Order: sequence, then C-alpha cells, then structure tokens
Amino acid sequence: MAVKAITGNRLRDGVVVFLGPDAGWVESLDGAALFEDAEAAEATLADAKAKAERERFAVDIYLFDVLIQDGRRQPVKMRERIRALGPSVRTDLGKQAAA
Amino acid sequence: MNHIAPGRHAGVYHYDEIDRRFITERVEQFRQQVTRRLAGELSEEEFKPLRLMNGLYLQLHAYMLRVAVPYGVLTSTQLRKLGHIGRRYDKGYGHFTTRQNLQFNWIRLEDTPDILADLAEVDMHALQTSGNCVRNVTTDQYVGAAKDELVDGRVYAEILRQWTTAHPEFTYLPRKFKIAITGSPNDRAAVRAHDVGVLAKRNEAGEIGFTFYVGGGLGRSPFIGKLIKDWVAEEDFVAYLEAILRVYNQHGRRDNMYKARIKILVHEMGAEKFGAEVEEEFQALRGPKYRLPHEVVEEIRANYAPPPFETLPATSLDFEQKKAANPDFARWVAVNVAEHRAPGYAIATISLKPAGGIPGDASSDQMDLVADLADRYSFGEIRVSHAQNLVLAHVRQDDLFALWSALEPAGLGTANLGLIGDIIACPGLDYCALANARAIPLAQKISARFADPERQRAIGELGIKISGCINACGHHHVGHIGLLGVDKKGEEFYQITVGGDPTLTTAIGEILGPSVTEDAAVDAIEGLVNVYMEKREGGERFLDTLKRLGPAPFKERIYAAA
Repeated sequence: MAVKAITGNRLRDGVVVFLGPDAGWVESLDGAALFEDAEAAEATLADAKAKAERERFAVDIYLFDVLIQDGRRQPVKMRERIRALGPSVRTDLGKQAAA
Repeated sequence: MNHIAPGRHAGVYHYDEIDRRFITERVEQFRQQVTRRLAGELSEEEFKPLRLMNGLYLQLHAYMLRVAVPYGVLTSTQLRKLGHIGRRYDKGYGHFTTRQNLQFNWIRLEDTPDILADLAEVDMHALQTSGNCVRNVTTDQYVGAAKDELVDGRVYAEILRQWTTAHPEFTYLPRKFKIAITGSPNDRAAVRAHDVGVLAKRNEAGEIGFTFYVGGGLGRSPFIGKLIKDWVAEEDFVAYLEAILRVYNQHGRRDNMYKARIKILVHEMGAEKFGAEVEEEFQALRGPKYRLPHEVVEEIRANYAPPPFETLPATSLDFEQKKAANPDFARWVAVNVAEHRAPGYAIATISLKPAGGIPGDASSDQMDLVADLADRYSFGEIRVSHAQNLVLAHVRQDDLFALWSALEPAGLGTANLGLIGDIIACPGLDYCALANARAIPLAQKISARFADPERQRAIGELGIKISGCINACGHHHVGHIGLLGVDKKGEEFYQITVGGDPTLTTAIGEILGPSVTEDAAVDAIEGLVNVYMEKREGGERFLDTLKRLGPAPFKERIYAAA
C-alpha cells in the first residue's frame, strides 16, 4: 500500500529531513509521519512549508510516495530511496552509513 | 588574509591586489547573506539566487559547492587546498567535472563562507559556476605542452575570465553561457559542443587570430556549433565576443528556459543571419574601447612563460630500459603519456577511472599526493581535463617511472586514457537533484566488465559517455557510445546512442533503439564492441567501422534477441 510522507532539506546543512508525527522534523524515514489521505497530506504540507520558512528550518519541502511492505518503509521512487539512505555508490556515506 | 603564492613556474595567472580584493569582498558579502538567511532576514526565494551566484547548489543529500578551476589549471598549492577542504568540510573527497571544475557533495551552508575564504587564500573562488552568466572558460588540458599546439589557449581564456568576471551586461543572460577555446588543430576541448567554440590559430604571417563557432551545445536539444567567422584578429577578440553576447542578450528567449540557450536562437534565426547581426554589432562597437592591446596580451602571456626546461636528448636510454623491464609501466606510457613539445619531456595523464571506480572522484589523500608529485615532477602544476582526469603536463621522461610507481599504489596508475574504461559520467541520481537515473553504477559495471588492460588496448580508442538526465552533463550525445538515463515508470532505463564525436568533426550520436535496463546496457556495450572487433578492417577505430557499416549490424546485435 502506498502512503505519503513529507520531506525537505535542513536549511543550515542541507541534510535530508522528514516531517514527524508531532510537526517536528526527523532525520530518518522510519520516524516520519505517514498520510493515507491525499488531501490531509496536502494540507499538512502547506502548513509544514509555512512553518519551516518561519522557523528557517527546512527548504525544498514536498510530498513523496512510500510503500509499506512487511512493515518496512520504502520510497516508491529511486530518487527518494537514495535520499533516504545515501548514494548507492558510497554505502559508507549518508544515512545508510549510520544504520 | 594570508595569500599563498602559486607555484613559481606553474602556468597560472597570478592575481593582483585588485583580483584579491574583489574575491575577498565577495566572500564577506556572502558571509553576510548567509547570516541574514539564517536569521530570517532573507527568504529562501531571495537567498537562492545569491547562493547560486556563489556556486552553492542544494542537491539530494546536502549542499554542493562547485569550485571554479579556471581553464582547468591548478597549482599544487591550490590542489592541496582542495584536498584540505574535502577533508575538513566534506567527506574526504571531491568530484572533478566535465567543466574542468571540482564539486564537493556534502557541504553545510553555515560552513560555506569559511570555505570560500579558504579558497580565496589560494586565489580561488566559486563565482560564475552557476547562474545565467558566462561560466568557467574551458580549454585543452595539454595547453602549453602539446607538440601540435599553435596558440596558447590559456592566454585568451584568461582574457575572457577577466572580461566576463562581474560583467554587468552579461550577469543576467537568457541562460548560462559556455565558451571553450583550443589552440591546437586537434581539438581536445570539444569546442563545437559549446555555446561559443573558439579555435585559435596563426595565419601565414604568424599572426594570431580566431575562428568562431556559435550555437553548439548538448542537453535537451543537441546542436553542433556553426562556423560564423573564420578569422578574427587578436585585437578584435573581445569585441567580437562582446558582439555575439549582445546579439544573444537582445534576441535570446527569456520566456521559456528550454529555448533560452544561444543554440536555439542560432538554429531558429539561421547561422548566416545570426552571423550577419553579430557582424553589424561588431562593426558598430569596434574601436579603441574594445581593442585588445597587444601589450596587454603580452603581459598576460608572461604568466604562462614556459617553465625552465632542461636541455635533454629527445629520447632517454634509462626510460627505454625501464619500459623494456616493466610491461605494466610500458603499457601506462603507451596509453596515458603524450608527446611534449620540449625534447626529453612528456605529458602524463593521471586516470581518475580505475576499473569499477567512480569517474572523476578523487580523495583528499589522492589530491595531496598528486600535488606532491606535481611539485616533484611537473613544476608544481596540475590540469583537470574535461574527461575528468588530471594531467601533469611537463614531466621529464626520466621521471615517468618514479611518477608511475608513486601513482600505482594510490589507485591512480590506471592505463586507460581514451580507452573503453575512460568513461565520462555525471554524478547522476546518486547525488544530483535533476537526474532521472544513476550514471555512476553503470560506469562502474562497464569499466569492471572491461577491466582487462590488454583487452582495452586491443579494442582501442572508444569513448563512452553517460548522463543521468537529458541535461547531458556527461556529454552522452558526443560519446562514441552514449548512454542516457531515463525514468520509465519509476525504473531506471538507458538509451543507447552511437557515432557521437567530440572533436572538430563533431557529430551527435544516433539513437540505436528502445532504452534498456542497466544490466542489459552493460551487455549491449559488450555486443557493440564484439561487432566492431569482428568487423573492423585494418587500423579502424570503433567510429571508423561504425561509419563504414552504418548502425544496422550494431543495432541487430543488441535488439535481435528481443
């Protein structure tokens, strides 16, 4: 089943962040808020963009699709999989390195 | 600020106090802009164009800083500084690009003013590496050393750097603008694939002049640069370019970014009409203000005086003996070393394409090593090639063995220059926010498949170029074999082209057929190579056999089984 999550890059260092369930930002997709309802996701996105700009926390904020398979979260598109993990050609770098 | 003098004999332009003051002021301007952004005094919309004017992009994982390497020439001091920045502010490496620049992939916005200050200490910056301005002028990586060179392109590339830096009329062009210049009849700078390609040459009287090609470019709509003027005298060099840019600035489309490059204007207007408008503008502005005085040219040329070469015999017995005793060294010399104009010297290319490696990536340790080797063997100077390799341009033949012996254990001794393993690849979807597909893993698989150095040499000259999207930073259109990554319903596929040519006989590759998966693309390359090896005659290169037979047998081999 595909659901939606919200992502952006942290302003001060560019690190990939995800909107968490309490309207705060987290660094791991596992901690991201998931939206089954597209309209609710769009409404939350608008709020998140305004709040992030107000707080100068994150930029380039958008929705993306996530599949949940066997309880694990996986972005549908390769672009988002790479953002969530790090470069596929340098598995020693990015979020995957800390995992 | 503590300025470190570039290598005494390195062929770089020596900044004066005006240059240094300008760069330092720009660093402080940007420091204030970052402070204001982080304090909320600037919105992202206001800040984004400012950071881009300082070479700072936001990519998939972090900010990316693109550092300008003017016409691809670095001193050892500058390369060490790049290594230092990679180590201190990034993750211990950088990526050399097809624009002869260096990109850092893991930069923090809040560190960037300090990084730019570090760069300014060695007369470097990140200006004009983004935005709709004249970008870093590129040239032949063998400049000042090649035996076939007629004119030193660095002199005129530097004149263009000075002319275009912060030029108020050309800071907001319809779109970015790339100029390449070569002073050799054997084009190593892909000049006709640029917005303006300049061929510097001499007439029968020995005077220097320039041939101008305009409207070349790759990307979404590839075009080959059209000849608009065969001879422009040296004194009119700047005036003629100013005229080209004025006509473009006047007529270039600003309503549609996909039609805003000069190639579209030249295509739609026609090269003849475009050339006529340039001529009219040129005649109108020609005069004392735009004349390039010979004494200014000579003053700049003095920065590129030949280093103090020793008087050496053309051939060295010791060098020949080392080659005879060591086949790996002999192979590296045969593949990666080019003839130098000075007797007893050679041009050595350091491949950044080890089998299975990431094209163009160099670690900070490797940068330090190359800087040390440049000091020891090449007058403290390094060049970056548009093919993402490094070059030591002035090495004594007798030093080549010691150089290779130091490169080899550091993973820098691969003998594949111009061969199938010497793949150009953009960062692709592993790093780039614009990419549709990954480029690096495909390059790694192909270079691993063809890792056998003897097989590579048997195949001979074959340039594979890979882009992760239609913007074509990997120059796939002009690859003998080009690979373009596309997104098909969320899956990465690769379109294959053949017959591209980046030299003065420029050609855009022809699409062979439907795009294929990454694994199938590696097999397809093998299939193309096999057809060539089976059918080549005499000393034919891949391109020659392709021209003789046409694409049909190649296409059949790849798609027959489908």
